[in-house]
Amino acid sequence: MRKLPTWKELTLAGIITEAGNSVEYKTGNWRTLTPVVNYDECIKCGVCWSFCPEYAWEEGEDSFFKLNTDYCKGCGICAVECPRKCIKMVEL
Amino acid sequence: MAKKVGIEAAIAIAEAAALADVDVVSAYPITPQTHIVEHLAHLVADGILNAEFITVESEHTALSAALGASLTGARTFTSTSAQGLALMNEIVYITSSMRAPVVMALANRALSAPINIWNDHSDVMSVRDTGWISIFANNAQEAYDLTFMAFKIGEHPDVLLPVMINFDGFILTHVIEPVVLFGKEDVEGFLPPYDHPYKLDPDRPVTMGPVGLPEIYTEVKKQQDVAIRSSRSVIDAVFKEFAERFGRKYSAVETYAIDDAEVVLVTQGSVTDAACFVVDEMRKRGKKWGVVEIRLWRPFPFDDVGSALTSGKIKCVVVLDRAISFGGPAGIVMSEVRSALYHVPNRPIVIGVTSGLGGRDIMFEDYVRMFELGEEALRTGKEPEMVTIIGVRE
Repeated sequence: MRKLPTWKELTLAGIITEAGNSVEYKTGNWRTLTPVVNYDECIKCGVCWSFCPEYAWEEGEDSFFKLNTDYCKGCGICAVECPRKCIKMVEL
Repeated sequence: MAKKVGIEAAIAIAEAAALADVDVVSAYPITPQTHIVEHLAHLVADGILNAEFITVESEHTALSAALGASLTGARTFTSTSAQGLALMNEIVYITSSMRAPVVMALANRALSAPINIWNDHSDVMSVRDTGWISIFANNAQEAYDLTFMAFKIGEHPDVLLPVMINFDGFILTHVIEPVVLFGKEDVEGFLPPYDHPYKLDPDRPVTMGPVGLPEIYTEVKKQQDVAIRSSRSVIDAVFKEFAERFGRKYSAVETYAIDDAEVVLVTQGSVTDAACFVVDEMRKRGKKWGVVEIRLWRPFPFDDVGSALTSGKIKCVVVLDRAISFGGPAGIVMSEVRSALYHVPNRPIVIGVTSGLGGRDIMFEDYVRMFELGEEALRTGKEPEMVTIIGVRE
């Protein structure tokens, strides 16, 4: 486990000096339900990608959107917004 | 060239911010603070002060914008009163926690309800524990000097905390007094340029005010508490440098006629000068009374208060509160004074009085009554736990 800073070691007011470090904060383990896509029905529209508050959908080389489970909190917005209703929230 | 002019205290405060060459003024008008921001708006509009004057729709935004501006490295000033401070409240705590050295001139006014635009200290006491350095001015000259010094104190690299200068609404804001105003050349070199070590800068991105998880929050708060306690040495040094250069002395705790005094009144703000006048008059009638003012409210000068109130022949301390802690430990200032004396052997009797709420004048006889309550406590040896409200209709 990484050593946590003392109050003397901490930056002023806890300011974060490295940009883009939120990728280190993996929130995937908050999830209870996981979105699962039926790719036979998927039309690659990207609505799941555009609505996801965590940027957990990533476009693959085949243009299908794949879930990055490191960051998906299981909120289910993608399943609600999917125009083809081909995303199901399931217990894995 | 410094020149002595007759000027309204509010205008003098605006002139002090202009003297500090502020980069940003972010404020919303409210009685009795209005003349301060009006004058700054004039100075900006007339091209005398080269600053961004942000007009906002509320005090919450006024301080939010000031906070953001301060963290880009801009010297920032705001000013408010009572309800305005109440509306700022969320950002008051955030400004000190994010270590933004905003300077605020707080024209002390009673909090509603009932609606009351006049002077007491309920507004400043409501933000007592928010981590701002808080200093009281007693007259227009002090308001001018302290507002100017506030930038040097707050922006010091070892401090980086917001500073609030308190001055009584109407009683001070709206009076015209003789004030020595500096010319820019008089103060050259006194106020160094402001530089925040982590400015908001697109070329060097940082995250300010991030989520502080339970594993971090305690350390941030400890760091903040140490910062405000340590600011005391900077405050003293700035007061000293000011006195050496300009001849006007300021201290965390001011004393008046306490050498042979048996009863002293503890004050804050403009009542101090009135209390000193009462002491002068009553000394002609043989009363050995004195005044101790707690000018520096935060960080609280425990040692100075303790040594001032145990010096000489002081046997009884009467603390004048200008606000009420409802259902709490008697007076707000009084409980701090009692804390400061708790460990002192043979400490004096400490009793509390409240007066001047919502702009009610404190008359000569009221001050006399306060000192007499102290003499009474000495005679009877009784130290009432609760405060006595002077002049309340029973």
